[in-house]
Amino acid sequence: MRRKVIFGNKLLPYLLLAPQLIVTAIFFFWPAAEAIRYSFLRQDAFGISVMFVGLENFQDLFADERYLQVVWNTIWFSFWVTVLSMGVALLLAVLADRHIRGRDTYRTLLIWPYAIAPAIAAVLYIFLFHPSLGLLGRALNGFGVPWDYRLNGDQAMLVVILAAAWKQVSYNFLFFLAGLQSIPKSVLEAAAIDGASPSRRFWTVIFPLLSPTTFFLLVINITSAVFDTFGIIDALTGGGPGNATQTMIYRAYVDGRVNLDLGSSAAQSVVLMIAVMALTLVQFRFIERRVHY
Amino acid sequence: MATLNIQGVTKAFGPTHVLHGINLDVADGEMIVIVGASGCGKSTLLRIVAGLETASTGNVVIAGRNVTALEPAERDVAMVFQNYALYPHMSVFDNMAYGLKIRGLPKDQIAKRVQEAANLLGIGALLERRPRQLSGGQRQRVAMGRAIVREPKLFLFDEPLSNLDAKLRVQMRAEIRRLQKRLGVTSLFVTHDQVEAMTLGDRLVVMHAGHAAQIATPMEIWARPADTYVASFIGSPAMNLFPATLEEGGHAARLDTNGLVLPFHDGPRPGPAGRKLTIGVRPEHLTPGQGGLELQVELVEPLGGESVIHARLEDGTEVTAKLPGSSYSDGRLDVIIPLHTLHVFDGETGKRLEAGG
Ligand SMILES: Nc1ncnc2c1ncn2[C@@H]1O[C@H](COP(=O)(O)OP(=O)(O)OP(=O)(O)O)[C@@H](O)[C@H]1O
Ligand SMILES: [Mg+2]
Repeated sequence: MRRKVIFGNKLLPYLLLAPQLIVTAIFFFWPAAEAIRYSFLRQDAFGISVMFVGLENFQDLFADERYLQVVWNTIWFSFWVTVLSMGVALLLAVLADRHIRGRDTYRTLLIWPYAIAPAIAAVLYIFLFHPSLGLLGRALNGFGVPWDYRLNGDQAMLVVILAAAWKQVSYNFLFFLAGLQSIPKSVLEAAAIDGASPSRRFWTVIFPLLSPTTFFLLVINITSAVFDTFGIIDALTGGGPGNATQTMIYRAYVDGRVNLDLGSSAAQSVVLMIAVMALTLVQFRFIERRVHY
Repeated sequence: MATLNIQGVTKAFGPTHVLHGINLDVADGEMIVIVGASGCGKSTLLRIVAGLETASTGNVVIAGRNVTALEPAERDVAMVFQNYALYPHMSVFDNMAYGLKIRGLPKDQIAKRVQEAANLLGIGALLERRPRQLSGGQRQRVAMGRAIVREPKLFLFDEPLSNLDAKLRVQMRAEIRRLQKRLGVTSLFVTHDQVEAMTLGDRLVVMHAGHAAQIATPMEIWARPADTYVASFIGSPAMNLFPATLEEGGHAARLDTNGLVLPFHDGPRPGPAGRKLTIGVRPEHLTPGQGGLELQVELVEPLGGESVIHARLEDGTEVTAKLPGSSYSDGRLDVIIPLHTLHVFDGETGKRLEAGG
């Protein structure tokens, strides 16, 4: 039973909420408001004069072909990171859910990548894919495949996708495993007695019953691929070659910190904010409807 | 539709031996109830028949075909689980149709069979609902329906009624029995409830620690339990068991507690004088009267027309009696043991001793 707590003092509840509210205000609402304010302003390169330019920052942004490329990069990158990391995690979770020898060791090993800092993950991938130092990179070149992700944009994209997906697999794995273990064994046994083959059992019983988990992970993964992969991209490719691996977050950083174009950077942040809100809304409105049972 | 033969089935989970060689032949259309205390291996035996568990040794033969090595899907059995195990994301209709779809039946036939089964069970109006929108009793019916539509060779029930309230349990019990008779499907029914066992089964298998202690009709088990375990397990309240010794050339037993001599009405038991025996008397067979047992009544449970009396003998041995009427009170009560109601067991092995053997 849920009990309603009645506070005698009207101020006390606000006092108790204050730390959370203050943290949210200082680290979220205030910067967000600042970003919105800056997105309507333009500063000269020396930061001396500031003027109001209305929507011009946004207009410039979407007129810039390179920015549209960056938007496309982001979509492409996030899509593959999400599909790969969730697909692989589900497969691994299904395997780990079976009664196999060394199951606990296997699970522990799978959880480790999540604890690794993005920079270290990037170093690992450099050791794998570097054309002359990397294990795989050297092998590819040895087999006559011209491989250098520092020069080839597609290859660079492939490497950052792999690295980002690899890092996300652990997290997804944990949730999928928990989801699988919450499916009653007897339901699967009933399906087996009903005559369903293992693959049919997976697609008609396990997968639908996992859909709340899948949906949750979908939201988390897309969001994290779009917003939380700055570190790994920065350490691996620095957005290059050219801007082949620049994502929207990365571009906002480059324009703001490196190019000191605060107006454009702020406008990009606002675009990102709107994107994340839209994304979440769409996901909850349309996908969640189909995952309830 | 099919016979079932369980031949020397044993099962060990690693070092723990759960089943020690079960043999059982079930006739076509027969309802067998497997009853026993918790942990005795009932579910394990049922799951071996279903193919969810593999036997360590022994064979399972369904309709003359050895299915020991086959997957559950290939055995053509249906099972009703204790927690119903309905598919939570499917409607009642889809739950029942699942097995038929897998078998590739045409759509119209599936619809017809599901509708028939649903009407039979009184859930025809619920076909569009999801399991979570159903009451326990309705879920139970859906689980039954899912088994029925398949028209399997064998029904397997693993304590399907234990999650229902007492009244519904009695009602569903009768319904299952009626359905099973009407459909004539060979069935195995697992329960630890002896009333359920007595009322449902054509024959019972009383299991004890991985052995089939006795396989017989309910009345036979009640009237002639094979050993002291079966004797005390079947029947409520449980049979009174008294230690005793063989006397008078095997013609009588002397109770160790108060020296009462009980002549056997049906003939002598073998063995030397002084052989250890256990004498069993059902509580309902004790009758008020002098010259038998002197009881010190501790608790009277009136049941309306009759009363269950918990009492002790002078030396502290517990005795239960079920006597007509309700006018009993704490204090002294004399009862006699009618001689033709005696059960005689070996004192060491607990096995039943028949006259003249
Ligand atoms: N997978 C398993 N691994 C190890 N031991 C098991 C396994 N399954 C069952 N057992 C053991 O086998 C014994 C019999 O179990 P089983 O489930 O057949 O009992 P049961 O008679 O159905 O009991 P209940 O009335 O409580 O359902 C138990 O002691 C149980 O601990
Ligand atoms: Mg059981």
